[in-house]
Amino acid sequence: MSTPTADIIDLLAGIAPGDALAAVRDQRAQARENAQRSFEALLEPAEPGTFPLAERYAVAVFVSKLHGFAEAFAFYGDLLGDEAAELAPIVEDASTAAAAAGPFGVYREPRLADESTDGVRWAPDAVTGDALGGRLAAALTHTHLLVFRPREARPEALQALVDAGWNADDIVSLSQLIAFLSFQLRVAWGLRVLAAASDPAASGAASAVAAVSAAVSEGV
Amino acid sequence: MTEIVTDYPELARPEAFTQEGLGWVPWLLPVAEDELTDAQRDALIEPARAKMPYFRLLARDPEALRARTLTDLDIFYNVSGGIGRAERELAAAATSRHNGCVFCASVHAAAATRESGREADVQRLLDEGVEADLGDETWNAVVAASVALADTPLDFGPDDIVRLRGAGLDDAEIVDVIGGAAFFNWANRLMLSLGEPEVPARRASVR
Repeated sequence: MSTPTADIIDLLAGIAPGDALAAVRDQRAQARENAQRSFEALLEPAEPGTFPLAERYAVAVFVSKLHGFAEAFAFYGDLLGDEAAELAPIVEDASTAAAAAGPFGVYREPRLADESTDGVRWAPDAVTGDALGGRLAAALTHTHLLVFRPREARPEALQALVDAGWNADDIVSLSQLIAFLSFQLRVAWGLRVLAAASDPAASGAASAVAAVSAAVSEGV
Repeated sequence: MTEIVTDYPELARPEAFTQEGLGWVPWLLPVAEDELTDAQRDALIEPARAKMPYFRLLARDPEALRARTLTDLDIFYNVSGGIGRAERELAAAATSRHNGCVFCASVHAAAATRESGREADVQRLLDEGVEADLGDETWNAVVAASVALADTPLDFGPDDIVRLRGAGLDDAEIVDVIGGAAFFNWANRLMLSLGEPEVPARRASVR
């Protein structure tokens, strides 16, 4: 198991120590530190228990691809490749097949019915499901639900996880993992966009900003 | 459904977005209050949260709960520099409105009203949706940026930064908007997928 010590949001955002945005992030030092601790708790736990690292990384690869965040997909892809190389191509193929656009979904609240929208509701096909195994197939189905249409979540979705062998503690950890990634990727993406849009003369880090700008326009 | 998953066929459910207080019932079995371990109690950060099923459910992964809570508190309540409390709550409410989290929207719309005194503007966000004109460009830009950041695949872009800057926000303020909006993509998904909102019995009975 590798334990990255770098700040993962900075890494995904392309922020280097000394950049103007690094100083801005330091104004919310507790948030920065605990975003990192969330990463450690959910993706690099000291005791993964019955929710193994390979499954955690597989969810992260899947979420990153669905978000269209190339740097995150590469980062989590490396972690998955190191932990469970045989699983990586299966998860990557599934994440490509599962492309959709959100948030969408049917509202349960009667006065919001006019706002209900439709979209792609994905679950693995039989071949992919067999390759993933029952536990991970159920986890990725749940991940797709939470990423794109969380307002359609119901107790039945949790029951499907239970039926696939997930216990209550691990369902909470899986839910936190998907939800945390939805946060982490957005903070990193937002910072990346902000850095690229910064006036180089004002930021005092012209070359770094130009590099990030180039990375954004080419990479994502 | 089973001993750990519960549904509520007869629940008094909200009918639309509201600023009025809502309850929240868990679908997955929380840790019983008298069975919380020291590590789980510690992860709650605020002892009163031991009464709330949402936090006792998240206590099943105490390290994740602790880090989530400390992230939340700093993004929303650290007022040294950055944007005002009202605009952070607005970002939370707009994100929740767009993702469809009626519970989260109720809490943070009410907080935005409390912090700003602009109850009618906040109510317009809930009633008309995220395209509503909230009366000034700062609020409209914060809502638009929050909505853009909630979309998947990620679509928040340079135009959103230009609009926030045009409304007078500096980088520290923009980082707070990104942090508040991004955090509610975390919170909404937990609140929407582990349980659901309930109209408190006192109000439900008079409907």
